[in-house]
Amino acid sequence: MSADISLSVRNLRISIGGVELVRGIDLGVNAGECLAIVGQSGSGKTLTANALLGLHPGGASVSADEMIVAGSDATSFTERQWRSLRGRDVALVSQDALVALDPMRRVGSEVAEPIRIHERGVRGAQRDARVMQLLRDVAVPEPEVRARQYPHELSGGLRQRALIASALAGGPRLLIADEPTTALDATVQRQVLDLLDELRKTGIALVIVSHDLGLVARLADRVAVMRAGQIVETGPTKQVLNAPRHDYTRELLAAAPKPRAARAPATGAVVLEARDLSRTFQRPGSHATVAVDAVSLSLHEGRTIGVVGESGSGKSTLARLLIASDRPDSGDVLLDGEAWSALGERARRPLRGRIQLIEQSPFDAFDPRWTVQRVIGEAVALAGDPASARRARITQLLEQVGLDASLLPRHPHALSGGQRQRVAIARALARRPRILICDEPVSALDVSVQAQVLALLESLQRELGLSMVFISHDLAVIAQVSDGILVMKDGVVVEFGDAREVLARPAHEFTRELVRSLQSWSGGPATT
Amino acid sequence: MTLAISPGRIRRRAPAPVSVVTAALLLAVVAAAAIAPGLLSPLDPLQANAADSLQAPGLAHPFGTDQSGRDVLARVIHGARYSLSVGLGATALGFVAGLLVGVVSGLAPRIVDSVLGRIIAIAMSFPEFLLALIVIAIIGPGQSSLVVALAIAAAPAYARVARSQTLLVRRSGFVRSARVLGVAPGAIILKHVVPNTLGPLLAMATIGVGTAIVSAAGLSFLGLGPAAPTPEWGVILSEGRNLLDRAWWVALFPGVVITATVISISVVGRFLRARHAGAVA
Repeated sequence: MSADISLSVRNLRISIGGVELVRGIDLGVNAGECLAIVGQSGSGKTLTANALLGLHPGGASVSADEMIVAGSDATSFTERQWRSLRGRDVALVSQDALVALDPMRRVGSEVAEPIRIHERGVRGAQRDARVMQLLRDVAVPEPEVRARQYPHELSGGLRQRALIASALAGGPRLLIADEPTTALDATVQRQVLDLLDELRKTGIALVIVSHDLGLVARLADRVAVMRAGQIVETGPTKQVLNAPRHDYTRELLAAAPKPRAARAPATGAVVLEARDLSRTFQRPGSHATVAVDAVSLSLHEGRTIGVVGESGSGKSTLARLLIASDRPDSGDVLLDGEAWSALGERARRPLRGRIQLIEQSPFDAFDPRWTVQRVIGEAVALAGDPASARRARITQLLEQVGLDASLLPRHPHALSGGQRQRVAIARALARRPRILICDEPVSALDVSVQAQVLALLESLQRELGLSMVFISHDLAVIAQVSDGILVMKDGVVVEFGDAREVLARPAHEFTRELVRSLQSWSGGPATT
Repeated sequence: MTLAISPGRIRRRAPAPVSVVTAALLLAVVAAAAIAPGLLSPLDPLQANAADSLQAPGLAHPFGTDQSGRDVLARVIHGARYSLSVGLGATALGFVAGLLVGVVSGLAPRIVDSVLGRIIAIAMSFPEFLLALIVIAIIGPGQSSLVVALAIAAAPAYARVARSQTLLVRRSGFVRSARVLGVAPGAIILKHVVPNTLGPLLAMATIGVGTAIVSAAGLSFLGLGPAAPTPEWGVILSEGRNLLDRAWWVALFPGVVITATVISISVVGRFLRARHAGAVA
């Protein structure tokens, strides 16, 4: 009887070092069905997904009343038994294909691996033909060429496809995908999701682990919301998303970005202006790349310009040019109508307090030896606050970003991602800037933390009258914070206009594509 | 998924192993001998006494006496000061010189960096001991020459590590952040670059002190250090060399003390480094 069941787990418990991290959960999927496990980092969802493949970390103890995986009763499987199951009946697609694929092996050989292990009889030309077919199945263009390349030679989307192809090579009945699209650009994300959807239609049972409700809405038949090792709510996708019963689910849904209300047209002075900015990088051994190509923008006081584009579109280079940590090859940046990018660093330093930067990875942004107190103290001292008032100013800044003064003696590595980003914001605010350049400030954070940081930035903008340039690959985030939206592709501005206008009537094909992927996420659950 | 250690919990450190405690005690004795040799040995290390020549170890002379009837224990105790000061001095000098050259090389324009880089590479192509010999051949023997020669021999290795560490730190996010914040270049170098370069260099230095002590003894043994009656460990060793068949104790005891000191330094150094790494990670 169990032979027909794709996945059935009852009362799964996982503990590491005496701490129970997964506390008695039930899961089930049928063939051709998709179950999504949703939760924030630390909720135990990845641990659960790995345990379904017998890949729990050493030292973890796993127990379940029943655990049927791809038709086999795996309740008391040994590592050897797991190995015979993995790659054949059940396979894993993980988040980062660059890590998951062996960098020293060609893609074709990687895809052939499960066949080599589980079907010793299939070899030579026959095996190659299977690999080509698999790569074609996951829509990898020119499979003959790609099979001979190494993972680093492929784009992120192609890598993820190659990883899926290798997961499919053994002909699994159950596919477990752990954040399969989190590392990908929006448009590529859509393609990979479409691919997974098609796989499901062929009768594969799919378990998707994600923090992303949009993805879940598109793909899953049923959702299990996980928090602190327990499933707090489970049910059909439509029901869970439209009529959530548990508070935590509501919280997650509320945290998903929503477009910002329109504001009166900008009347304030232009505080930051870019004129025909260009920056070209010459890499040895390859032709020059134009990272930023004749980009112009003007930022009015108290407003936010959102810059959206995929990775490699030149967004971060633009941020560096605006903050003047890199020099444009041509064009100018003006700060408060005066020369900025044209100045020498010595002349610029006294003005640096006016414009500050918040970056994606606040981990790298702090000297690892310094405490929070020293980090913020350095900026406070630079702002010229008298020594006697510094202590009070530091505490005030922490309050402003919603942190407790008890964090002062901590080191950055002892903080959570959200806390680190708040410290980075506090440090930037210490110089009392009028402009903030935010380069992917929330991309490394969980959805609900993301929402908190975005809300913080918005309230700070209101209180302090800040003007912002907000850079993100995520149109949903950009839509939430921006008055104006600038769309970049391959270093060129393809569209620049009022946020609501751009979202409602995207003029460029690329923008339309982005907006489409946005709609399918926030426009409620996909009809399945 | 990692387990967060609750912030309030006090980290309990395992007690140091017996080997480390023993090594630390031994170093303490050596340090005491270097600071106040008179307390440990009332005898004069230079006082010759022909009547007591080449006495075997006994109650009156635990380490025996040498050819001139001087007490070997007294000489070894009084020698600690020379050996330790040469070892520490040379390491400190080499450390500072290497750090300076390395940080400058890591921050300077490419042309300066490549010139300094070549010089470092050439210096490193000589074994340290040989390099020190060459320097002494140029500036002449003596205790201060010994320090300078060993410092010059050790400096290139420090410089190379300092340079690569500087290049890393210079490109790090926090240096970029400091620049954007408006911190002046000098302050960035002093507050961010140099302190973040020190860690690996200090780790090297703990081993370096031991190496320098051995090299100093070696050079003195060859007659390139302090002149003969000075109770330097290498000098005592070389005096005992010709007496090995008649009076093994003259060479054996200073040899054992040198070996034990160097091993102790590296045992304690390793332990401190491991504890430091554990505390940071």
